[in-house]
Amino acid sequence: MNKVVELKNISKAFDGEVVLDNISLDIHDNEFMTLLGPSGCGKTTTLRIIGGFEFPDEGDVIFMGERINDVPSHKRHVNTVFQKYALFPHLNVFENVAFPLRERKLPKTEIKEKVTKMLEMVMLSGFADRRVTSLSGGQQQRVAIARALVNEPKVLLLDEPLGALDLKLRKDMQQELKKIQKNTGITFIFVTHDQEEALSMSDTIVVMSEGKIQQIGTPTDIYNEPVNAFVADFIGESNIIDGVMLEDYRVRFGGHVFQCLDTGFMKNEPVDVVVRPEDVDIVAPEKGMLCGDVTSVTFMGVHNEAIVDIGGFKWMIQTTDPVLEGAHIGITLEPDAIHIMKKSKYSGMFGDYSSYSNELEELSNPGGEEEE
Amino acid sequence: MKKLTAKTPSTYRTALTPYSVWSLLFVIVPLIFIAFYAFTDDNFTFTTDNITRFFTAKSNIVGEDGTSEEVRTYILIFMRSLKLAVISTAVCLVLGYPIAYIMARAKERTQKTMVTLIMIPMWMNFLIRTYAWMTLLQDTGIINGLLAKVGLGPVHVIGTETAVILGMVYDYFPYMVLPIYSILAKLDVRLLEAARDLGCGSVSVLRRVVFPLSMPGVISGITMVLIPSISTFYISQKLGNGKFFLIGDAIEGQYVANNLHFAAAIAFILMVILLSLMALVKYVSARYVYGGE
Repeated sequence: MNKVVELKNISKAFDGEVVLDNISLDIHDNEFMTLLGPSGCGKTTTLRIIGGFEFPDEGDVIFMGERINDVPSHKRHVNTVFQKYALFPHLNVFENVAFPLRERKLPKTEIKEKVTKMLEMVMLSGFADRRVTSLSGGQQQRVAIARALVNEPKVLLLDEPLGALDLKLRKDMQQELKKIQKNTGITFIFVTHDQEEALSMSDTIVVMSEGKIQQIGTPTDIYNEPVNAFVADFIGESNIIDGVMLEDYRVRFGGHVFQCLDTGFMKNEPVDVVVRPEDVDIVAPEKGMLCGDVTSVTFMGVHNEAIVDIGGFKWMIQTTDPVLEGAHIGITLEPDAIHIMKKSKYSGMFGDYSSYSNELEELSNPGGEEEE
Repeated sequence: MKKLTAKTPSTYRTALTPYSVWSLLFVIVPLIFIAFYAFTDDNFTFTTDNITRFFTAKSNIVGEDGTSEEVRTYILIFMRSLKLAVISTAVCLVLGYPIAYIMARAKERTQKTMVTLIMIPMWMNFLIRTYAWMTLLQDTGIINGLLAKVGLGPVHVIGTETAVILGMVYDYFPYMVLPIYSILAKLDVRLLEAARDLGCGSVSVLRRVVFPLSMPGVISGITMVLIPSISTFYISQKLGNGKFFLIGDAIEGQYVANNLHFAAAIAFILMVILLSLMALVKYVSARYVYGGE
């Protein structure tokens, strides 16, 4: 695959505060890439640098093999779907989509043809004469996508485009965006803080934190093989336990030695062990590799979510079997349920459910939050 | 408690009472008086003579080449007022728009300073400002003094149309800048970024996005400058040396000469013309201009 955009050692600071710290990234033809991370991780700034709205302090932006650091945004073959859409309120739907074509002074018939085709693609055919302010959020979103795609850019940048939509509409738009990306073959660079969105849509996910890239990989890689505690915690739920790698394939944590599939660590190297809540099997206490007491159970619909105190460390376990609060249980782990990570500066910061509550989680990570 | 928080139409009406009384006493009643005087004679019997006089009164103007020409006095005066007002408004717009734009894009502190600087002249009395311009523009005034020192001039400005326009532009400039500024300051920066993203260079962004979106400000600026400058009187007397008799001067003159009924008639006609003008602006902008409705 050809590289469309390359970021080389990009750094950027605002008022002395480092926002991007030596970022390097290759983006390929026809790729759906997601920049994922919490507010303030630098994902939006990265996007704005590719779009030409910010300029890097250091490093190079390469577009189709050409350095475009100093090329202003209106001369880049890149278009953006903005957060909150940024539709022109003084123009109707047709004129919004026709906006870039009129700038290029295309003949009227060609403009009409292209705009009609675009509106068809986003299923807004009957809306050409409507005022954009009279449209619903989802419809405005579609206009914004049509407007950004009508110029047939090489790369489409999407800055948390679904953040303002409600859950149901958001799921639909995710499917639709993915479909549009497949049909047009345009490279999409998508910014979001929603890990589910990232997992379901992307070919490649770039997890960012504190201005640095933590991990680049496919959704399954990122989920199954997180490189550190930050990634493991940010993508899905995970129990992250202190452990010691005794030798290849053998790790000790919680006072028990487990078989695992990981190699390449030093003898007796301290490590972070990741166990996803759905990979834990609950058994009778006497059969368990580890034993603990269930401190709380929450019914989540498909499964039960139990918090289990094992030797003072609170695990989250998701199971479809019934569990009772206060029960003494045993757990077993298959070798492939265990993922070993090297210690990082994020070790010990995540993956313990002792102060866990669903409510708090939602409060600290509300949907549709904005990154400035 | 409930009565305090309930926002029924009647509570609004109660809250508006002082204002309603005020506008009844000082706006509506005087307007009725103007209309009453306009359509009555000295004995307060109904007549349309005052109105007809406005449209028919004639006088002779002697041109520079000595030929005399008969004109309809008040129509001529009105057209002259309109012309000067339109020119002043245009100058205000051309000068004011860029300043409003620069202000709106400046840092917040700079914005505040600039707003204050633009408003400071408004804190001074309008007569004093006009006198100040007289002193500045005199043939032997400060400006000509300075020009003489650098070996230029003298320029004769006082008593010309230019001086009158200058005075009007100076006086009404803030009324053009501030409404445009307040619209531009609220403009969503993302829209400008979107325009750039879609291929617009700076000029194009201004022409296709900034200007159309600022039309509500431009229209209210134009209204706020055009209307008072049509009816202005003092400026033309002082800076025009009385040579450019305007419709405001006509009203004042008739009033001073104790022709209250004719003065009221001119004021009444002017009011009708201005109101229709505003209605027209409103109608046109509602149909063809963004944010006009």
